[in-house]
Amino acid sequence: MTVLVLAAGAGVIPAAPGPDTLREIPVVSSDASAFKFNLKADDVSNDGGGYLGLEWAVFPLDFGNLETFSGYRAFRADKRAGPYDSIGYTRPSGPQDSALSLTATYTDSTQDGKLFFYYVKAFGPGGEALSDTVGPAKSSAQWFHTGRLNFLLVAVLFGVLLIFYIERAKKGRMFVRRIAGLDAIEDAVGRATEMGRPILFSFGLSVLNDVTTMAALSIFGRVARKSAEYATPLLCPNSDPLVMTAARETAKQAYTEAGRPDLYNESNISFLTADQFGYAAGVDGMVMRDKPGAVFWQGYFYAEALILAETGHSVGAIQIAGTTSIEQLPFFVVACDYTLIGEEMFAASSYLNPEPQMMGSLKGEDFLKAVIMILLIVLALLGTVGVILSTAKGQSAPAQVFDKIVNWFQEV
Amino acid sequence: MKREVPLIITIVTGVVIVVTFVIPHSPFGTLQDRLMNWFIIVSGFTTLLGLDSLIQYHLRKIRDRRKESGYSVVLLLSFFITFALGIYSWIRFKSPLVPISPTGWIYSYMLLPLQGTMFALLAFFITSAAYRAFRIKSLESTLLLLTACLVMLARVPAGNWLWAQFAHLVGAVFHSVDGNALAQAPVLSEPTNWILSVPQMAAKRGITFGISLGYIAMSIRIILGIERTYLSS
Repeated sequence: MTVLVLAAGAGVIPAAPGPDTLREIPVVSSDASAFKFNLKADDVSNDGGGYLGLEWAVFPLDFGNLETFSGYRAFRADKRAGPYDSIGYTRPSGPQDSALSLTATYTDSTQDGKLFFYYVKAFGPGGEALSDTVGPAKSSAQWFHTGRLNFLLVAVLFGVLLIFYIERAKKGRMFVRRIAGLDAIEDAVGRATEMGRPILFSFGLSVLNDVTTMAALSIFGRVARKSAEYATPLLCPNSDPLVMTAARETAKQAYTEAGRPDLYNESNISFLTADQFGYAAGVDGMVMRDKPGAVFWQGYFYAEALILAETGHSVGAIQIAGTTSIEQLPFFVVACDYTLIGEEMFAASSYLNPEPQMMGSLKGEDFLKAVIMILLIVLALLGTVGVILSTAKGQSAPAQVFDKIVNWFQEV
Repeated sequence: MKREVPLIITIVTGVVIVVTFVIPHSPFGTLQDRLMNWFIIVSGFTTLLGLDSLIQYHLRKIRDRRKESGYSVVLLLSFFITFALGIYSWIRFKSPLVPISPTGWIYSYMLLPLQGTMFALLAFFITSAAYRAFRIKSLESTLLLLTACLVMLARVPAGNWLWAQFAHLVGAVFHSVDGNALAQAPVLSEPTNWILSVPQMAAKRGITFGISLGYIAMSIRIILGIERTYLSS
């Protein structure tokens, strides 16, 4: 039973089991005494264990009284009779609605398998109230995160599709459209050679645990190989020491494969600084001093993208950019001769190395893209029809289906 | 072995990370964080590799008396002086990050202004890039110019001021037109909001889909050992 307490009270009612200080509570408001906390204590779902979640309806004093309403204190005991210890304080963070539909929550750190009982006390200058005692409840760890079923299904579907297309690609040739930025690599290196200038390759502020860097490394491997074949120096200033190390290994292999290991110069692939604008200043300095004939901006870039690309343009270098940073793509498109837009970067390794496995994965990606496009069209139609058919009484069936599908995708 | 061992480590780690995403139970649930901590520790040590590369590169430039090696002298002097002052600050102020320490002073009065200066250069670069992009060469570039002008005007106070002046002028010339009402009309903001939220957002989301799928495909290729371009032979 919910017991409500207000400070300037008139009567005395029995309290919920708990500490002695809460045994006798004066009641003032008959309206407030009817308030039900509906306290629930449940294991926190989809976690690694060790947590119990408490949830209750927000107390009436909480509505619109953010300055005066103090909050809620949660109490816990391992026996219903107590003794109960205070385990923490909480309060909803924003103004509440007047429909009494919102709930307050508290997450308690517990020991898995051990039983606990709880009650909650709401209090403030105007009054206090106690909830019923709930329990026993115990926490446990889950073996499967049900909220991530969507991720697992899509990942498995994508994996199966990739394997299917890889197997298919082994049987015959597959068509891949021309990617101008990748076709231009040889021209750019050749132009730098003719001009007697070096080539500059920058990974931007990419770090090695970013997949974009992996894609950029495959392009770097091709550029290094061409620069070895043409005997043109390749400069690569880095902002991350791990990327520098990986770039050195890639270049070394490319020079060896090209039959020119003698031309490989480790000091040309150097560390500059991890500072964003320090890196931009350093690379700009190299561009102005060494005047490269070809510049490759491949990786993840931030605000320094245009500073770098415009400097490259000012020395007359042919520039090929590629990034997955959507905000920086327009700058590269404007300032560079060729730009690999997002996914084209990821396609680079397959494009430059057209083995069946690589080509198959590209095709699988395209198929999934088609599936997503169809899904988008179907959902857009379903959502629109749902809104048209919905009335003031409630949502129509298409609208409900639409909401369910969208929510399923948003669950992760 | 030089190729196989990293490949096996990559495959095992990739599969484990994917599995831990759907299994919250111990020990899987915390494994991703633990592996990330390992990565941070390892990458911390590689900073030494970077410093070694930086110092060696500039020492070589000075030794070979290459053109403009004076910059290398400045860089090495700055590096060692800052490093020494960092140690002094650590001993004297218990941390090199204290604002009144010498390194705090270097950060506030040298590094931050230099960073600000570089960032400010962006304004000039945007102007030169915009000039090239907006030159009227074709129908597409004309559309780009008009759209960009509209969006820019709607985003700056001068745009609204100009529109208000124009509306009042129209109101003064044509008495049948209410200049004040025309000045309040969302002539700039509404089309701009539409451009940003419909065609621009559609293009952006299309690119995002492509990037996300490319990301997943590349990850699967790496996990399955198909993508090996990052490995040396």
